[in-house]
Amino acid sequence: MAFSRARRNLIAELGAHAILLTFTVIALFPVLLVLINSLKTKKAIFRAPLAPPDAETFDLIGYATVLAQGNFPFYFWNSLFVTLGSLFLVLLLGAMAAFALSEYRFPFNRFVALYMALGIMVPIRLGTVGILNLMVATGLVNTHWALILVYTAQGLPLSIFILSEFMAVVSKDLKAAGRIDGLSEYAIFFRLVLPLVRPAMATVAVFTMIPIWNDLWFPLILAPAEETKTLTLGAQVFVGQFVSNWNAILAAMALAIIPVLILYLIFSRQLIRGITAGAVK
Amino acid sequence: MGSLKLTGIRKSFGAVDVLKGIDLEVADGEFVIFVGPSGCGKSTLLRIIAGLEDASDGRVEIDGRDVSAVPPAKRGIAMVFQTYALYPHLTVRDNMALGLKQAGAAKDTIASQIEMASAMLSLEEYLQRRPAELSGGQRQRVAIGRAIVRDPELFLFDEPLSNLDAALRVNTRLEIARLHREIRSTMVYVTHDQVEAMTLADRIVVLNGGIIEQVGSPMELYNKPANRFVAGFIGSPQMNFLEAERAGEPGCASVGVRPEHFSVSRDGGRWSGEAVHVEHLGADTILYLDSKEVGTLTARLFGEHAFTAGDTLHVTPLEGQLYRFDADGRTLF
Ligand SMILES: Nc1ncnc2c1ncn2[C@@H]1O[C@H](COP(=O)(O)OP(=O)(O)O)[C@@H](O)[C@H]1O
Ligand SMILES: [Mg+2]
Repeated sequence: MAFSRARRNLIAELGAHAILLTFTVIALFPVLLVLINSLKTKKAIFRAPLAPPDAETFDLIGYATVLAQGNFPFYFWNSLFVTLGSLFLVLLLGAMAAFALSEYRFPFNRFVALYMALGIMVPIRLGTVGILNLMVATGLVNTHWALILVYTAQGLPLSIFILSEFMAVVSKDLKAAGRIDGLSEYAIFFRLVLPLVRPAMATVAVFTMIPIWNDLWFPLILAPAEETKTLTLGAQVFVGQFVSNWNAILAAMALAIIPVLILYLIFSRQLIRGITAGAVK
Repeated sequence: MGSLKLTGIRKSFGAVDVLKGIDLEVADGEFVIFVGPSGCGKSTLLRIIAGLEDASDGRVEIDGRDVSAVPPAKRGIAMVFQTYALYPHLTVRDNMALGLKQAGAAKDTIASQIEMASAMLSLEEYLQRRPAELSGGQRQRVAIGRAIVRDPELFLFDEPLSNLDAALRVNTRLEIARLHREIRSTMVYVTHDQVEAMTLADRIVVLNGGIIEQVGSPMELYNKPANRFVAGFIGSPQMNFLEAERAGEPGCASVGVRPEHFSVSRDGGRWSGEAVHVEHLGADTILYLDSKEVGTLTARLFGEHAFTAGDTLHVTPLEGQLYRFDADGRTLF
């Protein structure tokens, strides 16, 4: 809106656009590089990595390899299941904890909130050995649940932290009106509060989703079995110590972008809808 | 049917005592208004009556029944908020219906209640709209409608007019007065605006710092304020307070005179001063005097007067209109 201010001068506006465009180009360049090279022959990738594919160098061999690998659709499904499962739990549990922390007064409320937030600063990988022991003891190794539980734990601190800030500003009167009308605390949470913090939920979803989707560490340690392999782990078969199948790696990476892109589009729509949905006043 | 009794209500947030022992009885059908400066605990008291907040100590009885352990929805109350607090995702009709639906009322009961309330508040045209598509005044009428639909024994209002502009505020105030005449339910209404309090209330409760300063009808509070705080809070412009010694009034610590209780003359009177500012409002003329004897004085005269800033004027309190306060601020009658 600030841009439509009548006396905004043209140079400042061009400057702003130039900066934003530069940034966009820098951010998108690697993605573009992956996409164009995934469509080229192996020789062409090395000879002219920046050139777009032409009639001579165009080759779908990478995609063919990936899809012929047989298990790839299955890896896709594993990644998607783990990501969506973790995302669901992070958002649900995070929002519920945030609601409780911001809405109810109970002993050690502040302390609990602080304790939860500390998780943001402690990398969960430090606990890998402990986690692995735990998973072995509970027999969860090589199951989707091993990953989902770890990712949920990893995502919760930030989710609780961000969401409780947003929940704290949801109109106290609105919740009071709901209580007087006889809504249960669950109804107040799900029907009144959650829709109003939807933009924050979408933000948290994006922040949570990407590291999970891209993670290699925990799939490698906790769920390396064929039937629980995720996409990032699956793509490692093309990475060799001496020779890598670059066509296949690039094709797998290009394909891996699609689901996150779709999820991102869904969340960003929510984000915009949340902002424009005329709240309390 | 909708009587209310508060006994020894106390409330602390951590170490802060917000309410320090409130005792009050409200008769069935009465319109009682809590007034007091911002932050004195009015909303907290109302939320305790509603059951939205637990009192640290004390009893709340509605209609003779101790409701301390009864959830808000079962107390037979309805509440209207300053921020309207309409459900943003529901239409006006569904906003009004929700409470009855939750209570398990029959469909045709709900429909007839909504019809009654929307006719009373002229909301029929808006029933299918969402809150975002309404103006502030309309939203507050919907909020009032939502309260009426529940047919409560006790209405609670928390500064319902504060977010409205001046013209709407007067209209909505009249509407609430009419509502009370028509449905005769008990109403407890919170405001920091003394004009609202004076015009609507059967009885006013003046709160300050978590205690009740005085309870009485608007005219009782105006004519017989129990102490300096009430005397200063009720009435506009505010009562003039003068040091007794400088004002030449023995046997008290300070004296008070309402601006409208001065006679003003150019020739002579009890105190004299220079007019530093004059406001001509047509119906009233308000004079601000700087007096060497007693400090700053405000006087309010009815009608138009030809005084201007710089005039030297004399003021005399009208017979029997001088309030005397002791050192603790209590009124001496
Ligand atoms: N949930 C709360 N936690 C801590 N302090 C509160 C809370 N609610 C109200 N207070 C404090 O209680 C005092 C009275 O508040 P309130 O009843 O809203 O005043 P009023 O409605 O008269 O303006 C204020 O000082 C406020 O800061
Ligand atoms: Mg208040």
